Amino acid sequence: MEEMHGLKDIKRNEFFMSGHGACPGCGVAIAIKNVMRILGPDATVYVPASCAVVFSAQYPTSSFRTPYFFTAFENTGAVTTGIRAAYRRRGKKSLVVGIAGDGGTFDIGLQALSSALDRNEDIVYVCVDNEAFMNTGIQRSSSTPFGAWTTTSPVGSKVQGKRTFKKDLMKIVEAHDPPYAATLSIAHFNDFVRKVDKAKRMSGFRFLHILTPCVPGWKYESAMSMEIAKLAVETGMWTLFEYEEGESRTTYKPKQMLPVTEYLKLQGRFRHMGDDDIKTLQRWLCDKWYRNYGHEIEEPVCAIFKQEEMQLHHDKDDLHVF
Amino acid sequence: MVVKVISGDHAVAWGARLARVEVVPAFPITPQTLIVEQIAEFVNNGEMDADFIPVESEHSVMSVAVGASAGGVRTFTATASQGLALMHEMLYAAPQIRLPVVMANANRSLGAAAGIWLEHNDSMPERESGWLQCYVENNQEALDMTLQAFRLAEDHRVMLPVMICLDGFVLSHTVERVDIPDQAAVDGFLPKYVPVNVLDPDDPIVMNPICPPEYATEMRYQLDRAIDSAKIAIKEIDIDFSKRFGRSYGDLLDLYRMDGAEYAIVAIGTAATTSRLVVDRLRAEGKKAGLIRIRFMRPFPKGELIEAVSGLKALGVFDRSVSFNSYGPVFTEVRNALYGSVLPVTDHIAGLGGRDLTPEILSKVFQVVEDSMEKTPERDVYWHDLRGDM
Repeated sequence: MEEMHGLKDIKRNEFFMSGHGACPGCGVAIAIKNVMRILGPDATVYVPASCAVVFSAQYPTSSFRTPYFFTAFENTGAVTTGIRAAYRRRGKKSLVVGIAGDGGTFDIGLQALSSALDRNEDIVYVCVDNEAFMNTGIQRSSSTPFGAWTTTSPVGSKVQGKRTFKKDLMKIVEAHDPPYAATLSIAHFNDFVRKVDKAKRMSGFRFLHILTPCVPGWKYESAMSMEIAKLAVETGMWTLFEYEEGESRTTYKPKQMLPVTEYLKLQGRFRHMGDDDIKTLQRWLCDKWYRNYGHEIEEPVCAIFKQEEMQLHHDKDDLHVF
Repeated sequence: MVVKVISGDHAVAWGARLARVEVVPAFPITPQTLIVEQIAEFVNNGEMDADFIPVESEHSVMSVAVGASAGGVRTFTATASQGLALMHEMLYAAPQIRLPVVMANANRSLGAAAGIWLEHNDSMPERESGWLQCYVENNQEALDMTLQAFRLAEDHRVMLPVMICLDGFVLSHTVERVDIPDQAAVDGFLPKYVPVNVLDPDDPIVMNPICPPEYATEMRYQLDRAIDSAKIAIKEIDIDFSKRFGRSYGDLLDLYRMDGAEYAIVAIGTAATTSRLVVDRLRAEGKKAGLIRIRFMRPFPKGELIEAVSGLKALGVFDRSVSFNSYGPVFTEVRNALYGSVLPVTDHIAGLGGRDLTPEILSKVFQVVEDSMEKTPERDVYWHDLRGDM
């Protein structure tokens, strides 16, 4: 089978059919449809409790043309382990794929994920990350970004939105030193194709983390999913990289960092955010930006904060010069 | 055939080995631990060709088991107490997807007022999960029922998971003489697992999609009927087993000295062993006592029980668990089965949290039952062996 390098290499052979019940513009549906196109007919899919489990297969119909299995919420790492073991015993050549949401991965499913990583199970684990428990109606998860409104991080008179930052799941995954882990964006498609194709060709635990904008949860116009996914990368809210053989490598570097407000202003979940909260988020983003892309890029957005930091922290002690 | 002196847990592990199970997800919990340790040794010594998969919790144990069974291979695991409780959510998956997983549960008390000792309060609540549930009395039965359980679970008329319950420590850690059958004989009794539905990219199916209300009731009805129809398979399998191995365990019920009995008690697990001793003593005194051992709580032997108690003047039920502020679960089931009968039935609760169950306590149980033949019992439920004034 030829290696895939980008959009043009994808076969329009659908294994996740249209006619499913996802919202128009759903990032999860776009991600799954394209992951399945790239993985091809030999995949066996496990989906835990999530939006995908509701919109993809309701008795007696299914949008999956591959074998499909569901049982519960917190066990993607474990059920895929079981299927993999059975296939190994039966000599079945198949990709065993788990497709879980951020709640099912960052939170309730973290234990089973860690254990499967620890055993280096031969599975492809896809986390479709829409940054909240969207299936149950937009409750905060540990993936929800700072400041975001959800039904369990509401905008009150005393507390507005989520007060903690998005959990760095990839760091946790990397700590297990898997053969392959990558972050993907549905708006950076050549990068997306290359990473899914790479995961498909490898063995051992492969982790694909995809940011999947959510129309009702993020509160934006459904035609804007790709635009928002792009802006996530350009503002540093999402970074594209891959982890392989113990090394992390950036796969796409934005030309310049856009202020986070460019990303926030399109989404209702951030509409309430005041200047202080935006600054807090931007400061966190700048730190992340430098970590991901290196200090040699002195972008204006972050430079402002660097100056502020110096004024704030310089205590006139010569030993404490930055 | 080889004779070994082994614990109940090791007997179960031998059963799994002889059944040629292919996938064993495992997590340690007392008093089940010896089972998975023994299987790990079998596998690492090359004596058993199985995937032994250590996972991070019992929830994941059952998740792996369900995945492997859906993937089409014979799957076994074991648990106890808190572990079974942690599995609770996943227990419901196997029956409703009709996956023939077999699991041993080394019965142990659950929750606060914590202890690691024998009680049936862990497995009794799981009667509602859709699993078939068998309670064994000795180590030989623990091994033999592991083999029978796979035949039963994988019977195409049944296709349901089976839980084999053995009394924690009393069986799990006590060594007894056990006949270990020949592999060839077991292979004749238990052929390779042939799944009805299986995950397979060459023939894709969707397994366990979301079930909307318009189909849900029918799904549950089918499961209910499947559990009921397992009764026929249980009978047939035990007959075939006794022909091949010379050991029979009766049916859903195991009756002891019930011929001409005037009063009897119902017991499960090792309480039946102690009860046999008491029955023998009473019979020697000329009293017409008998014992009904319930082997399967699911399917529940309703018809068989009605038949077994006909001719009795009084019945007692021994419970090693309690449904708080109600009755013992076995009593509830027994009295429901006998609804409409005028037979006086009393419940007797003792031996909780590992408290010794002595012949003296069971003698008192039989005494209350005997008395209830003549005069109306004071109450429905008797707690025996309480210390001090309660």
